[in-house]
Amino acid sequence: MIKNFEELAQLQAVCTATMSDKFSGKGEKRAIVLCGGTGCLSSNSAEIKEKIDALLVEKGLTERVSCNIVGCFGFCSQGPFVKIYPEDTLYRLVKIEDVEEIIEKDIIGGEVVERLLYVDPATKEKVVKQDDINFYKKQKRIALHGCGVINPEDINEALGAGAFAGLAKALKMERADVIKEVLDSGLRGRGGGGFPTGRKWQFAFAQPDGEKYVVCNGDEGDPGAFMDRSILEGNPLAVIEGMAIAGYAIGAQNGYFYVRAEYPIAVARLQKAIDQATELGLLGDNILGTDFSFRAHIRLGAGAFVCGEETALLNSIEGQRGMPRPRPPFPAVKGLWGCPTIVNNVESLACVPYILRNGAESISCMGTEKSKGTKVFALGGKVNNVGLVEVPMGTTLRELIYDIGGGIPGGKKFKAIQTGGPSGGCLTEKDLDTPIDFDNLVAKGSMMGSGGAVVMDEDNCMVDVAKFYMEFTCDESCGKCTPCRIGTKRLHEYLVKICDGKATMQDLEDMEALAQSIQAGSLCALGQTAANPILSTLKSFRDEYIAHVVDKKCPAKVCKNLMSYVIEKDNCWGCGLCARQCPVDAITVTDYTAPGKKKPAYSIDANKCVKCGLCMSSCKFKAIVKK
Amino acid sequence: MAHLSEAAVAQITAICDRYADEKTPLMMILSDIQKEYGYIPLEVQELVSKKTGISVSEIYGVVTFYSFFSLKPKGKYVVGVCLGTACYVKGAQQVIDKFSELLGVAPGETTEDGMFTLDALRCIGACGIAPAVSINGKVYPKVEVSGIAKIIEDLRNQA
Repeated sequence: MIKNFEELAQLQAVCTATMSDKFSGKGEKRAIVLCGGTGCLSSNSAEIKEKIDALLVEKGLTERVSCNIVGCFGFCSQGPFVKIYPEDTLYRLVKIEDVEEIIEKDIIGGEVVERLLYVDPATKEKVVKQDDINFYKKQKRIALHGCGVINPEDINEALGAGAFAGLAKALKMERADVIKEVLDSGLRGRGGGGFPTGRKWQFAFAQPDGEKYVVCNGDEGDPGAFMDRSILEGNPLAVIEGMAIAGYAIGAQNGYFYVRAEYPIAVARLQKAIDQATELGLLGDNILGTDFSFRAHIRLGAGAFVCGEETALLNSIEGQRGMPRPRPPFPAVKGLWGCPTIVNNVESLACVPYILRNGAESISCMGTEKSKGTKVFALGGKVNNVGLVEVPMGTTLRELIYDIGGGIPGGKKFKAIQTGGPSGGCLTEKDLDTPIDFDNLVAKGSMMGSGGAVVMDEDNCMVDVAKFYMEFTCDESCGKCTPCRIGTKRLHEYLVKICDGKATMQDLEDMEALAQSIQAGSLCALGQTAANPILSTLKSFRDEYIAHVVDKKCPAKVCKNLMSYVIEKDNCWGCGLCARQCPVDAITVTDYTAPGKKKPAYSIDANKCVKCGLCMSSCKFKAIVKK
Repeated sequence: MAHLSEAAVAQITAICDRYADEKTPLMMILSDIQKEYGYIPLEVQELVSKKTGISVSEIYGVVTFYSFFSLKPKGKYVVGVCLGTACYVKGAQQVIDKFSELLGVAPGETTEDGMFTLDALRCIGACGIAPAVSINGKVYPKVEVSGIAKIIEDLRNQA
């Protein structure tokens, strides 16, 4: 139990020394850490750890080699990762079979296992250390501080990495000065809204004393975004500390985490972190001997995207359907159970302890004029380096996709990058040199959103992508207001019609007009932004829509009714594999044998074909093409 | 409430009591029931209503609003195919179509033998390993259409 500031400082000093010894290999000790994020766990990192632990015991190495799980390294497409200190050697794509070699060759023999190193795709050179990999070079970790470094289930490691120093500092300041610090840093809501975090706190602070609440929005629903999950899995105490600082600043004694039920690992680690902090007295009554008391609670979502909207989220905590409330009154005035409440996103709260520890300047010195600090992006889709990246605001999309993301796989051509999830839009080649910040992305017809960034190449049909998002919004519309409930359904119908090749130019015009009405007439942000995927793809890819409507062609050959599979008879060797794979017997042998081939070619009966694509993926000679 | 066994009544009562001190416990009660029973039929809703004083219509409204709550029992294996954007652009639609074809059920349905429920999931945040499939919470990375028959077969053998 820590009773005062001195005791905290003492414990922090001990933990910091322990961590520094661990990383520097003091006393000839070595440390193995493994990624324990959702991505790597699904690629067996838990089993790999078991194997390492067993081997360490078997070889009698437990005295001088430690092994523990850490949070997400971010470079998910290369996981699972195993990192070895003090050399800082990073092994990637590690399998259970590789463990023996790592222990024998590296831990015992002191030699690097070359074949498990990351290979730079451009230079073909092997890279030993994490920081030397291009993916990490342009990154700056503030919200992701501690992720991939500390053991998220051990509060001592977090304390060794600076945890609770921010809260200790805040508790020695006036509440108004804490808010000023956050305001001066220029921190804006990382969940997508971009509203200045400090201003939100000011509103709640200005409300008369009484019951107030801090709510952390961890209902990360944007498809393609997983930064909140990674932060909660990798350094839950940073978010808890941020929440406690917010509680002190506005005068709240209770905080609620609202986390998606789809994130079981994040929820378990968050609960463990809350328990450990409570046990040490860093949460609870009279924290550090002051008169500030604060408790943190977890509430689970139940699979409703709209609950990411702050007022819908509050309704959900209150045990109701997650439907948004009209604003004003804003939650800062009348929120949870009618009390003044601030709702902050996970990533925003994770930045708060950093600001308190290092001063407002540490954030405000980075970024563009109106967007300060960094932003975490979940880079996904058709890009070589899929993963979580944190870059200073003002980084260009080109740097994000090519320098960090390593470009498009398979030599395909870049087509668009979708930011902001179902509320955002698609940005194209001409937007690539735009510095990323809240206002620039909106000006270009998209938005920051929570930071999902899905790259698409020439094989993606933009009408199909718009249809995908509209299906999503249509499903997730809560049904409270008419423009969103009925409008999104109608928009989806137009898109189905276009993809089926049954639409007219009049439909296209009507769809655009309806999209604008929904934007203007909906109650909450979900409805107001629901039409963005259509409007932004119409802006940049009108030709593609027209090709579907007028020429009845899908240029990317995705829309099933507007494409067909064809066997190029001169390339067909007549092996018949495709015919055996076809689930509807649409492929039969012809009487044509191509010059130089021994067996007659096959052909596809377009009337029978269900366009499943199995034949194309099974053909070893690439004789089947989409037309 | 004739359908509920005494044991079930006792358990649901225990779940309601767990949150007796909470201001608005409904979501927590329903989450626990869903987790322990796999579904929340009307008889259970009536019992929760009796214990908490919240009207059945309100409870029914909440149960049907959230996709995690289900009125019907789910299969032994709940196959959730992630249809988030990152998975979608990497072919998740083909993955769910294949599961649907092999299991003979549409997304949202359960096989007749009660073995499998097929669900279309919203992004599960495993974008780095797209397309991802989550089966009873275990995440299968980079699922290929050609490997789906084996996944199903392995589960059948396990059962």
